[in-house]
Amino acid sequence: MEAKEDLDCRGMNCPLPILKTKKAIEKLASGEILKVTATDPGSCNDMDAWSRRTGNPIVDKSEGNGEYVFFIKKG
Amino acid sequence: MANQKKLMMLSSRGSLDWAYPPFILGSTAAALDMEVHIFFTFYGLTLLLKEIPAKVTPAGNPMMPMKMPFGPKWFQGLNWPIPNIIINNVPLFDNFVTLMMKKTFKNKGVASIPELRDMCVESGVKMIACQMTMDVFGYKKEDFIDGVEFAGAATALEIASESDVQFFI
Repeated sequence: MEAKEDLDCRGMNCPLPILKTKKAIEKLASGEILKVTATDPGSCNDMDAWSRRTGNPIVDKSEGNGEYVFFIKKG
Repeated sequence: MANQKKLMMLSSRGSLDWAYPPFILGSTAAALDMEVHIFFTFYGLTLLLKEIPAKVTPAGNPMMPMKMPFGPKWFQGLNWPIPNIIINNVPLFDNFVTLMMKKTFKNKGVASIPELRDMCVESGVKMIACQMTMDVFGYKKEDFIDGVEFAGAATALEIASESDVQFFI
């Protein structure tokens, strides 16, 4: 998937991936995609919760090699 | 936002371990588009000082794991049962424990308290200092970071009664 911005949150722990994601998505225009890569296993559920609360849907999510990759569409 | 949720926290503890919840939850709630108010009272008030003095002590936290944030993995996994006689009597032991905890948090990719507080300020979290505690402990307005408001119990209760979520920390 093509992303407008690529955010690297590897090595960061709660709540930094969420805070950085929020900052990054604010710079995008509606409909643009943000790719977030994280290593914090907690970010898996947290990103879902953040997405539901802020109305920025996660359009794709994958996991492998201890990394979690989210593609988030700006609402 | 029409259905914006409102969070109110009352922060009453100023040690390093208790400094995390209000600033983690506050910054995260702001990232979740919530309106956030934190009322700092008693020892929590020290979290608004320009330089945060927060330390942590195993004396007040008997279940605290005592682990070293350096060395090989097996070494870091060891728990060091420190006798109370050392915890309570060795000079500057709290400074040592505080340093170890800060280092561990940093190693694990957790933001520091000043960083988390900055993110709260940046994202518009409203911070209120308890005027009564200020008078009791002798703090002046200029001791605190910019943007702090000053009020008392009635203000805290009014904000709490209008909030969707309230935490006492």
